[in-house]
Amino acid sequence: MMNYFPDEVLEHVFDFLESHRDRNAVSLVCQSWYRVERFSREKVFIGNCYAISPERVIARFPRVRSLTLKGKPHFADFNLVPSDWGGFVLPWIEAMARSGVNLEELRLKRMVVSDESLELLARSFPNLRSLVLVSCEGFTTDGLAAIASNCRFLTELDLQENEVEDRRGQWLSCFPDSCTSLVSLNFACLKGEVNLAALERLVARNHNLRSLRLNHAVPLDALQKILMQAPQLVDLGTGSYVHDPDSDTYNKLKSAVQKCTSIRSLSGFLDVAPRCLPAIYPICLNLTSLNLSYASLIHNSELIKLIHHCSQLQRLWILDCIGDKGLGVVASTCKELQELRVFPSDIHGVGSAAVTEEGLVAISAGCPKLNSILYFCQQMTNAALITVAKNCPNFIRFRLCTLNPTIPDPVTMQPLDEGFGAIVQSCKGLKRLSLSGLLTDQVFLYIGMYAEQLEMLSVAFAGDSDKGMLYVLNGCKKLKKLEIRDSPFGNVALLADVGKYETMRSLWMSSCEVTLGACKTLAKKMPRLNVEVINENDLIDASSDDRQKVEKMYLYRTLVGPREDAPEFVWTL
Amino acid sequence: MESIVDREDGLNLKATELRLGLPGREESEKETMASFKNNKRASPESAVADGSKGDFDAGDGDRETAPVAKAQVVGWPPIRSYRKNNFQPKKAEGEAGMYVKVSMDGAPYLRKIDLKVYQCYPELLKALENMFKLTIGVYSEREGYKGSEYAPTYEDKDGDWMLVGDVPWEMFMSSCKRLRIMKGSEARGLGCGV
Repeated sequence: MMNYFPDEVLEHVFDFLESHRDRNAVSLVCQSWYRVERFSREKVFIGNCYAISPERVIARFPRVRSLTLKGKPHFADFNLVPSDWGGFVLPWIEAMARSGVNLEELRLKRMVVSDESLELLARSFPNLRSLVLVSCEGFTTDGLAAIASNCRFLTELDLQENEVEDRRGQWLSCFPDSCTSLVSLNFACLKGEVNLAALERLVARNHNLRSLRLNHAVPLDALQKILMQAPQLVDLGTGSYVHDPDSDTYNKLKSAVQKCTSIRSLSGFLDVAPRCLPAIYPICLNLTSLNLSYASLIHNSELIKLIHHCSQLQRLWILDCIGDKGLGVVASTCKELQELRVFPSDIHGVGSAAVTEEGLVAISAGCPKLNSILYFCQQMTNAALITVAKNCPNFIRFRLCTLNPTIPDPVTMQPLDEGFGAIVQSCKGLKRLSLSGLLTDQVFLYIGMYAEQLEMLSVAFAGDSDKGMLYVLNGCKKLKKLEIRDSPFGNVALLADVGKYETMRSLWMSSCEVTLGACKTLAKKMPRLNVEVINENDLIDASSDDRQKVEKMYLYRTLVGPREDAPEFVWTL
Repeated sequence: MESIVDREDGLNLKATELRLGLPGREESEKETMASFKNNKRASPESAVADGSKGDFDAGDGDRETAPVAKAQVVGWPPIRSYRKNNFQPKKAEGEAGMYVKVSMDGAPYLRKIDLKVYQCYPELLKALENMFKLTIGVYSEREGYKGSEYAPTYEDKDGDWMLVGDVPWEMFMSSCKRLRIMKGSEARGLGCGV
């Protein structure tokens, strides 16, 4: 019946489909749906930039206006991927520029972005509205200056945790006086100074500004002036939050903050004078999101005082110096909490136990809406995990990280198999799981059996044999990304079901038992996979022994064969 | 890389042992060490059947192991480098404890205090008052320390003598090299708006 509808009607119906997965699904129904869908698709999501070429994306979706690209494998975040591995955005920008794509939005994660790319981007797409860079590298403030100067309709410039070289070139001053369209500006990750006067003027003339995250170099008195100009802010990231609380400036800040009744999200506090915290108490009541994970200078007691004011929090990112007691306060205060991240504050030393299983149990008991957790802790017990599983069956993301990667349950000295087993059994909607602690093949048996919705699994220092990995590959039907390090999984597991990998986005295995020969076998059987072997210490070539173990292997499905930009220590088999 | 300690069978010296293997892992350290030294993985034949974990990232083979009870593992805990690099340790830069010398005019010997113990100026001044049995008075921007013969001063990074209290506490903490409690006419010249 649908075949008799004109294309415009189909298009209109497809407009209601928000997720790219839904749109991908409708495009598979029949030829005409495929055709209508591809011409009407405006937002394209590419989870692995090497799975497809820019030319083919543009050919299929000529009307693309918004592109999201992800580059390096997730473990690159933890220095496991050599820095020149790849993930360059330039070819994508060049291709889009050549084809006259009307690009409005570009979102990149873990990609290498050069100043040249940014300059080309700025020059080629006059309608560019939004640039979001997450965990990227390779550019300097000169590239940002190009964006600021040329993108006349820019609404969003969002830089999250990028490594940016500061060229002291006054990039912020490059926003012309005619720039009044900004809604979101986040430069918290920049290390250098910005022209404060230019910043104040920029804020003053951009009345639609809703989200503003400052960097370390913006002092408190500048913050005060900015808030006076932008009481409509919804999301604020402070710069340096240091001043004498007995000063005029601080008093002015207090009254400025009181006028900011729309603020729902707060972050920053990289540099903080704890005695200045009371200024933000008035807005705490309305906060739904609070990120204090960089505020290592706030003392435990002040932190707790602050939390007491935040009864509407849905998202909290915090350091483990809050302690189990502090988490107890969170549990009793923040009844709307959905997402909690507890980061370690003492990474290097043999530090004191900041949070343990007690804190996690308290949170699970007190926060019924909890569905996402990232928890770095000194230790964990099976009993605690079982309790957490019972209290919170709604987890979608569960990431646990014991600071000692193979620590057993300290009470029973048993592996944590049963605890994680309880989690996967109880949380039927679990999509993402990260394991840690002492773990045997048994935990993987549980995961394979129960984690039916699991899409991403991170494994480190776990398991006893190939059986572990096989349980997961055989059982988790929706698995998209599997990343494994330092675990005794080898060729048998890798080669048991080669077809599985075409149903997944990628597989990472490093410091495991996989040999070069097995990788070659796999690559030969599966031409639509790129099997990359990354050996920095022992360059792999034709004369290499097949029995040699590979340091790192990264395989991913692709429609375009081996990539041409791989460095010499990466060998695509 | 000579941090490898001979392991005696049956003796568990985990607490003080210098080791490259993971804490908790007991098997095949010998293989691990050997392969570490060669920057090559243990060959399959010698891999232990009872499921020892793999080596560290061989790229780190040349790193010296610091003598800590916990082994340092590459990429663990899994935190983004950006976060690690931006992490500000609670301690002031340099050695733990920020001890500075305190001299008082007329006193026979100097004292030392740990600035990190104090969170703000009033606490510091109170401590100084207790230590030297004197009254320092109340700070004001205009008049310095009024109502006392004494004025607390400090030598900053540039070598200048500054009045304690003018700059924010954290700024003071990072620039103070030593303290001197001035007394008498000198103090009056500094603090009391003559």
